[in-house]
Amino acid sequence: MDRVVEAVPDGRSAGAPAAALLSLDGVTVRYPGHTALHGVALDVAEHETVCVLGPSGSGKSTLLRAVAGLTDVASGTVRIAGGDQAGVPTHRRGVGLMFQDHQLFPQRDVGGNVAFGLRMRRVPRPEVQRRVAELLDLVGLPGAQRRRVDSLSGGEQQRVALARALAPRPAVLMLDEPLGQLDRHLRERLVVELRELFRELGTTVLAVTHDQGEAFALADRVVVMREGRIAQVGSPVEVWRRPADDFVAGFLGFRNLTDATVARGVADTPWGELPVPAATRDGRHRLLVRPSGVRLTAAEGAPRATVRARTFRGDHVLLHLAPERGPALEAACALGEAPAEGDTVGLAFDPSEVVVLPIASDW
Amino acid sequence: MTRSLAVRLALLAPPLAFFALFFAYPVAAIVGRGLRADGAWRFGAAGEVLTDPDLAGVLWFTCWQAAASTALTLALALPGAYVFARLDFPGKRLLHAVVAVPFVLPTVVVGAAFLALLGRGGLLDELWGVRLDNTVWAILLAHVFFNYAVVVRTVGGLWAQLDPRQEEAARVLGAGRFAAWRRVTLPALAPALAAAGLLVFLFTFTSFGVVQILGGPRYATLEVEIYRQTAQLLDLPTAAVLTLLQFAAVAALLVVHGRLVRRREGTLALRDPATTAHRPTGRAQWALLGGVLTVIGALLVLPLAVLVERSLSTPDGYGLTHYRALTGTESGTLAVAPWEAVGTSLRYAAVATVIALLVGGLAAVALTRRGRGPLRGVDALLMLPLGTSAVTVGFGFLIALDEPPLDLRSSWLLVPLAQALVGAPFVVRALLPVLRAVDDRLRQAAAVLGASPWRAWREVDLPLARRALLVAAGFAFAVSLGEFGATVFIARADSPTLPVAVARLLGRPGELNYGQAMALSTVLMLVCAVTLLALERLRPARSTEML
Repeated sequence: MDRVVEAVPDGRSAGAPAAALLSLDGVTVRYPGHTALHGVALDVAEHETVCVLGPSGSGKSTLLRAVAGLTDVASGTVRIAGGDQAGVPTHRRGVGLMFQDHQLFPQRDVGGNVAFGLRMRRVPRPEVQRRVAELLDLVGLPGAQRRRVDSLSGGEQQRVALARALAPRPAVLMLDEPLGQLDRHLRERLVVELRELFRELGTTVLAVTHDQGEAFALADRVVVMREGRIAQVGSPVEVWRRPADDFVAGFLGFRNLTDATVARGVADTPWGELPVPAATRDGRHRLLVRPSGVRLTAAEGAPRATVRARTFRGDHVLLHLAPERGPALEAACALGEAPAEGDTVGLAFDPSEVVVLPIASDW
Repeated sequence: MTRSLAVRLALLAPPLAFFALFFAYPVAAIVGRGLRADGAWRFGAAGEVLTDPDLAGVLWFTCWQAAASTALTLALALPGAYVFARLDFPGKRLLHAVVAVPFVLPTVVVGAAFLALLGRGGLLDELWGVRLDNTVWAILLAHVFFNYAVVVRTVGGLWAQLDPRQEEAARVLGAGRFAAWRRVTLPALAPALAAAGLLVFLFTFTSFGVVQILGGPRYATLEVEIYRQTAQLLDLPTAAVLTLLQFAAVAALLVVHGRLVRRREGTLALRDPATTAHRPTGRAQWALLGGVLTVIGALLVLPLAVLVERSLSTPDGYGLTHYRALTGTESGTLAVAPWEAVGTSLRYAAVATVIALLVGGLAAVALTRRGRGPLRGVDALLMLPLGTSAVTVGFGFLIALDEPPLDLRSSWLLVPLAQALVGAPFVVRALLPVLRAVDDRLRQAAAVLGASPWRAWREVDLPLARRALLVAAGFAFAVSLGEFGATVFIARADSPTLPVAVARLLGRPGELNYGQAMALSTVLMLVCAVTLLALERLRPARSTEML
């Protein structure tokens, strides 16, 4: 992986905010019967990897198609390196797109697929061959030029698709569910490889996925989408630590969500009284209690709950609890300390693991 | 109007112009000539014709023989469809190709073959004194011979891809073997079955050559009657009314067929046919296989074998006398040596194939995106020449294309043009499903990698459709080679095509003419069979459509 195909341009001083290479402003896309994107604004800086995360139907694939010019933009502008792309056909936009199920050309071999974009740009034949060999080395398939694409495994197809998309050195590389159909083991390995590769090449990447693990592992910045709008933008840590609202928290898999009235650092909830972070204003709020913030205690007078089920999560056990008061709760618990199913436990809450969300608003 | 629609309309312009000029215009011209007198429309004539009891007889016969042929074909070919779909046996591929040969054979050859089997001095006549020519049985059997492959391919093609586990699921839930078939497989096959049945009905409804040769004076379909009224009685008004009548019937059939085909492109769980077939097991499956092989042997192979036998049979035993006679003009039936018809036919068919590929190819490309807008229904429209009276088209050519700027009456091009008219719908049918099956995201992938729309088409669609294109070319070639109804009108006396030469020879009495007709038919059969067998190697494995 040490052959750098494309030298990183060094015009960018460390730390300074880079100019947006890809810039969307108020982009709206309408399909017959519904609006897929509602005035989306998003900037992607040069060399940055941005992951768009959202449930299916949230408009994330449409976002990629709008940037690639594969779908008509009803209003708003898409700029690449400052140039408005309105009226620019797909094949002149200079973007790369890796399709969800790769879409390798079945009648061409591996080399023919990787060479395609170079041939379209009339790159001389010896140069094409050199680049194809280089890229196949880079993605870990050296010498695979003559192989038929239908003889490749899923992971190999994914690598060929990546090499094909990288070959013409696109200004922005877009990935649609890049690891979607691969098995988990392979996904975890490839996501690391991709991250390393993009950093090494300095590629600007806009990826789309429904898998938060993938997004958090790959991205410098995560964009969470809901029903054609951006629900939250931030670094993986920010988004994970402080989900912007109920929807994002729910999408990230958090279940312990409730309405609460806060007075003097204590929240009144269906589960009983909960400590909240010190700076919380009094009034009505929406609360998220992380599973790691639900502690088991033997203390007298603590609210009690029954253990309904236990799910092993590798380094911890997730307990599904039925409290005496209030809706179901999830609690993370160390492997050695997990109670058995059917046990009754006392509950305590850790204020540092309680997140105060804005009151749920209707979209 | 979007840009892509503009491009598609531009692509569609040449095919539409072709069909307008060489189909709609001649047909309209001949109908107009029949229905207008002294500058006024005479629709009253239509009433007179339609109430003529003779016509009622023709109409009745046309309908019931088509219905009977369809029923008989389905009954005989359905077991065949099952055997080809679900059973594995040695020689299956070859037999699959053999079964398809009759479909591309010229009607004239089919007529001649059945005459040699069932007619005066035919095989059955010699053996048992049985003659079936001039009976409806000869016509029905010839129609089965012709259309067996339509059912086997259309129904069997789908059947082979149906997941057998569906039936197994029904069996596990308590259904008996037959109940499982009736409740699970049959409903899945129903649209294909209906489409195949309708296609057979369409072909037999407009049957010309077979009925003309085997029907004798007693039996006439609408198409034969149109020929009689036009060519023999010169009664154009009657012919015009009959043409319109047939046109309406065919259009209605095509609309229904189109619906069925669209429904069939639906939502079945399909599997690779190679994985669903198995060796016959049990007495019932072996018996079925034996029965199907017997039917194919007796009904499909025997007539062709007899045809070859008759061509070799001379008063002094077997020999090549009839073939040698093809090089001379002694018999005087034709203005040229019959052998020359081979070269003429090949030349015409080659030109017709090029035209059909151009016209049909452009149309298929333009119609690749399933139309919801103005292009919807155009593909059904392109099928019309298949069902329209070829006799009308041929005669229409003579009357309509005889004035400058389009004076083609004495041009040899007239014959290939008429043949291309029949070939082009086959090209559209062969290409369209393949082009439509190309995943649009492949084209998008090409576009993202920098390919312009035209370049993307060349790099993605064309390579994927190449096999279908060759298949289309072969079909167009075989169909052009065998075209009879239109060609018989417009082929010049000094350059007859093979089918025309065969028909002329059959129409004359005499041992030598008969032998030569058989020899020439054998040659024609061989050319068609070789074309088809070559195609069988190319045919996309997943294609389920005959047309």
